[in-house]
Amino acid sequence: MRLPYFLRKLPPWYFLLPSVFIGLAVSIPLVYLIIRALGGDFSETTELLFRQRNLVLFWNTVSLTLGVVVVTTLVSYPLAWLSTRSDIPAKKFITMIGVLPLALPGYVVAYAILGLGGDNGTLAMVFGLEISRLTGYWGSLLAVSLYTFPYLFLNLRAGFLGLDPSTEEAARSLGYSSFQILRKVTIPQLRPSFLAGILIITLYVLGDFGAVSLMRFETLSYSLYIQYAASFDRIYAAIIALILISITVVVLVLEYKLLKGLLFYRAGTGTGRKMRESKLGKLRWISYGFVGAIILFSLIIPIFTILYWMAQGVSPAVWANLGDAIRSSVLVSAPAAVLSVLMAIPLAYIAVRFPSRTSNILQRFAYLGYATPPLALALAFIFFSLNVVPVLYQTFALLIFAYALHFLAEAIGPVRSSLYQASPKLEEAAMSLGMNRFKAFLKSTLPLLFNGIIVGASFVFLSAMKELPITFLLAPIGLDTLAVNVWSYSAEGMFAEAAPFALSILFFSVFFVGILFSREWKS
Amino acid sequence: MDCLLRVTNLTKYFDFNEPPIVDKVSFTVEQEEIFAILGPSGCGKTTTLRLLAGFERSDEGSIQLKGQTLECPYNHINPEKRGIGFVFQDYALFPHLTVLENVMFGLQKLSRGERNHRALEILELIGMKSFKDRKPQELSGGQQQRVALARALAPRPEIILMDEPFSNLDAVLRESTRNEVRKILKASKMSAVLVTHDQEEALSVADRIGVMENGRIVQIGTPEDVYYRPKTKFVANFLGRTNLFNAQASGLEAQSTIGSIMLDRPARGNVIISIRPEHLTLEQTTPANCGGICGTVLTREFKGHDITYNVKLKDCACLVHTDNRMPFAVGDNVVVRPLEPAVVLEDETPLQ
Repeated sequence: MRLPYFLRKLPPWYFLLPSVFIGLAVSIPLVYLIIRALGGDFSETTELLFRQRNLVLFWNTVSLTLGVVVVTTLVSYPLAWLSTRSDIPAKKFITMIGVLPLALPGYVVAYAILGLGGDNGTLAMVFGLEISRLTGYWGSLLAVSLYTFPYLFLNLRAGFLGLDPSTEEAARSLGYSSFQILRKVTIPQLRPSFLAGILIITLYVLGDFGAVSLMRFETLSYSLYIQYAASFDRIYAAIIALILISITVVVLVLEYKLLKGLLFYRAGTGTGRKMRESKLGKLRWISYGFVGAIILFSLIIPIFTILYWMAQGVSPAVWANLGDAIRSSVLVSAPAAVLSVLMAIPLAYIAVRFPSRTSNILQRFAYLGYATPPLALALAFIFFSLNVVPVLYQTFALLIFAYALHFLAEAIGPVRSSLYQASPKLEEAAMSLGMNRFKAFLKSTLPLLFNGIIVGASFVFLSAMKELPITFLLAPIGLDTLAVNVWSYSAEGMFAEAAPFALSILFFSVFFVGILFSREWKS
Repeated sequence: MDCLLRVTNLTKYFDFNEPPIVDKVSFTVEQEEIFAILGPSGCGKTTTLRLLAGFERSDEGSIQLKGQTLECPYNHINPEKRGIGFVFQDYALFPHLTVLENVMFGLQKLSRGERNHRALEILELIGMKSFKDRKPQELSGGQQQRVALARALAPRPEIILMDEPFSNLDAVLRESTRNEVRKILKASKMSAVLVTHDQEEALSVADRIGVMENGRIVQIGTPEDVYYRPKTKFVANFLGRTNLFNAQASGLEAQSTIGSIMLDRPARGNVIISIRPEHLTLEQTTPANCGGICGTVLTREFKGHDITYNVKLKDCACLVHTDNRMPFAVGDNVVVRPLEPAVVLEDETPLQ
């Protein structure tokens, strides 16, 4: 009469069913995409798959990824070291420099770089300095690196702060110099942080559409858009999406293999002491110059360019559009934030309270939605909705749903960590006081998740606000968000018209990034 | 016999390929009785308590409260329907609620005014009324413990379960809180089951004790019972220091490694006997008593109110507690004299 063991350990249905639904919602459209891409005539499929063009697109994508990895590493390592280990003044400010570019969407950075050069660019008009407009590979490299390096910086910074000082002291006592210690002890120990940061950056480069499209550098993502939107070649677009997804899978597997067995724990007992600060000495002025250059590129140039173009005069029609665009952006981002938090709660709950292989797999689906390049995900949703639920095609509901699934991973993290702090005993206490399981959760655990929910929802809201490619493919006709406006005007070279929209996005972004990090710093 | 709580053959497996974590546990609790389950960590005592509360499902056996079946193989009443209060080891107070709101939490069936009234009444009882607007984080460990108890008491459950209730308190606070809790439970005419690994705690708080080893209850009795008349080596050792010897029994007397000794019950053949250190005393060796159990003092622990001697006998050693008026020195020749009969244990394998 006893139930099988796995059945008794099953999470309550009201958490399990939504989680399974999310898993299906992510995976079914992707499966559909694969079927559509490969399901056609065999010779046609192979022709599309082995087109010479694909090789060029593939190389463009890979070379951009490698370039961005190199540049962000060169920027993030020194900055993370300076902000944690050196005696440089104002470390908090330096950390902020490393965080704020998170607020910059790729297309705004690209816009700023484009608006800078050329014969009518900011430099030419203000300083009389005429440089050719930076476009193509180098333009893309600069733009993408500038907005993605914070992901690596934050990981490395956390890594530096988490290191056990005694390993370095041990090396010193064994006669190693500072530089040798950095090379042989510190950097090897930072490898997990480095890989984690690089993974996120790689996913961003693979999925980036805004920056590369403005720079006219044809990567797989950009080409997918062209095939879909301009050539109306849906099958070829699906093939490109498939190649993109395959690369993503390879990257994820590679990351998993590299990280396996790489988790370094603090072996000894006792609390880690605070790390000694290194004196900068002769390097001081070089460090200041380095930080100054980052400030110049990641903050001053974008803001200055936007303000300059804005001062050139914007037609009143554009100003009239601004209100609409803000309203549209908020109208889709806010429900997406709420929805993704609602999805994150059951997933996080199952992962924390019922850890098992099943709950682990369910959680992976959330990350799958995040890792899938946005254009590929959007295309999968288009195929799926057109064939299975045509009523949903080009509706607000589908767009919001796609946002929520794509950014779900950003909401899960904060919800999960606040859930870890809420003891399961609290729910049991509530049950022993006469509440059923669900009510016990609502009354005892949910109030403690408040902080995590706010942070998670803010992350998603911010990301959805800046989002471009999914919006392009899935938005109902006539929905022009801030992001769409910035991109469309910039793509036409109408920098002045793009400026108010870019500034609005910047304003929202800085506001939210500020809130999020001030919360983190307090705790 | 109509007892309050009856647990019969309760069994729980965590993994069916391994022995059960709770193994055919049976005991009863009377109205207004405090029952302690005492055992080392990992013996299954907390799991037993969680089965009683309904947080875990049992595999075999049954639980009845006031004649109503709460748990049996084909029935499982949910924790919220059991009318059983639970005090957690780490108290599990809701950090987002004040002391008063915590205590009111389980009173949702009452009207707002009644809830307030009842919560204040119970806070009064535990002497925490003046702290009603504090948050749990602002209280000391002992205060949190009392609020947790108040929260469990407030809905007037039939019985209260307490999981290692004093283990999070420091030594000084532990003793006073222990007395306090016993007083509160008795004053509110409440029955309770508490689990602990601390023998002193069980002996001082409980009316009856069930000693648990490897998922089984090996002995149930009053504190005096289990302390003075342990049934097994395990119980004898777990409830304090003791001396165990192999002996040859014949009736109420036995020949043991420490010589001839009286027994608490008649026995025959090879037995193991236990005698507590305080049931032995030491005498100066004189020509008159040198036929007794002779030995030399090996070590001496002076503990203020008493002294513990480790005495080397012919081919074994024994512990002797004496009061501080018996000043022997290390190396002294002494005679060990039993003050009480030794207890015959049920274990059959002789000591090594």
